[in-house]
Amino acid sequence: MSVLVLAELDEKGVVPQTRNALAAAVAIGGDIHLLIAGQNVEASAKAAAQYEGVSKVLTADDAAYATGLAENVAELVKSLATDYSHVLVGATSFGKNVMPRVAALLDVQQISEITAVNDADTFVRPIYAGNALATVKSKDAIKIITVRATGFDAVAETGGSASVEAVASTGDAGLSSFVGRELTKSERPELTQAGIIVSGGRGMGSGENFSLLEALADELGAAVGASRAAVDAGFVPNDYQVGQTGKVVAPELYIAVGISGAIQHLAGMKDSKVIVAINKDEEAPIFSVADYGLVGDLFKIIPELTAEITKRKS
Amino acid sequence: MKVLVPVKRVIDYNVKVRVKPDGSGVETQNVKMSMNPFDEISVEEAVRMKEAGVVDEVIAVSIGPQQAQETIRTALAMGADRGILVKTDDNLEPLAVAKCLKALADKEEPGMLIVGKQAIDDDSNQTGQMTAALLGWAQATFASVIKVDGDHAQVTREVDGGLETIKVKLPVVVTSDLRLNEPRYASLPNIMKAKKKPIDVTSPEELGVDPAPRLQVLNVAEPPKRAGGTKVEDVAQLVDKLMNEAKVI
Repeated sequence: MSVLVLAELDEKGVVPQTRNALAAAVAIGGDIHLLIAGQNVEASAKAAAQYEGVSKVLTADDAAYATGLAENVAELVKSLATDYSHVLVGATSFGKNVMPRVAALLDVQQISEITAVNDADTFVRPIYAGNALATVKSKDAIKIITVRATGFDAVAETGGSASVEAVASTGDAGLSSFVGRELTKSERPELTQAGIIVSGGRGMGSGENFSLLEALADELGAAVGASRAAVDAGFVPNDYQVGQTGKVVAPELYIAVGISGAIQHLAGMKDSKVIVAINKDEEAPIFSVADYGLVGDLFKIIPELTAEITKRKS
Repeated sequence: MKVLVPVKRVIDYNVKVRVKPDGSGVETQNVKMSMNPFDEISVEEAVRMKEAGVVDEVIAVSIGPQQAQETIRTALAMGADRGILVKTDDNLEPLAVAKCLKALADKEEPGMLIVGKQAIDDDSNQTGQMTAALLGWAQATFASVIKVDGDHAQVTREVDGGLETIKVKLPVVVTSDLRLNEPRYASLPNIMKAKKKPIDVTSPEELGVDPAPRLQVLNVAEPPKRAGGTKVEDVAQLVDKLMNEAKVI
């Protein structure tokens, strides 16, 4: 048995969620290879060769892979996949885009967003916005899987010593091209990596009012998130969205402010270790999942909370 | 240009689903069913493209039991021109659905398929990408803006870090994300008109697709419940609890 994990790259190198996918590969067992596809990937490959559990790093260096276009990356993964029993990727927007294409090219039914590995062909995955957990057994010869990061603790960045080997590029499929990116710039931690998240909902009333949450987040070293309602209303960009179809997070502390708690939002955050809810409506469903609920006016409570934390810290 | 839009009949997004006690699945009897919300967005986009003169015909496809015809009628009432029901009582997995869509695309030769990025029942997020792979077409997933320009389309995608824009060759499979548009409500006259629009009926077998599942569902269980519901009096008490009880700050 051998497992191929597809790495995702950003401007800083291999993204952390790749190491969560590697943890799922470790749970499956066997020899683990990590595929790094991109342009000028030497530094990333060198760093990844030290990841715990990886025995070989495969590199595919080609401009065709530089921006992660699904058509090109999928052909590459397909060209390698038949040597493996499992092919895994983190369930990020990159993984979710590429992997089903790989699965169909191989005539395999993908298993999406697994949160547990029972054995080499049996996996647990949430369905219905996490309101049910399905245990599924795959009959396909190759298991194609996306891994939900919150289900697996990332493998260590050091401790391994994998060999690095270049593989042949499959080139540009000529179907799509990259035009540009508008990435949200922030000094705060990335949502899916943050230990603490302060999230705002429709109750925030406007984008300007999110500055209250930002002040609190900065005091806590936290990331800022949002419910779908806040994103739809244009208060914050789309990449802030936590929920069934947005980002799934499980920080140590999740502070939900002015969020009522629709099941679609709960789906994205209910595995957080500690949940705090601040809402003026004491009947809001968010309180039913909150370890600590505080009923009241967020515009009064949030500045008070920020001040109180500043005071206690000093 | 023709546009093909698959529409899935799912448990309504407002319904709190209940897991069956025998672990075989979730309760679907006497539960309100609706069109998958992402598919509504897809239909809306296709209809707007028709209204803008970019598209000549919008075809709504549903794969499911006889009742899936109601979901097609909803799409027709929103402005789709005709429907195709791929009738089956089997629960088709995304790969089999993609094979049905490929067979229909081969026949209808649309310039674009607009597919919901995810169905809110199985949360797979696979069908669009798989269909693109089987057709050998480009794919533009998680779209928030679609601009057709000659034999290409420029699509803005919602990605983890923000937004990304790509240019794709037509024909293409686009999958719709939440911010693509706000779907309309069908008006009563349009609901009446929709009843006269044609719906063809076929089956996976007629399309040459094997409906047998590849994944065996061994068990469906409820997730562990959170013991929430505790309230605190004020900010000072909250900070106390977070520092001394939960020890998270």
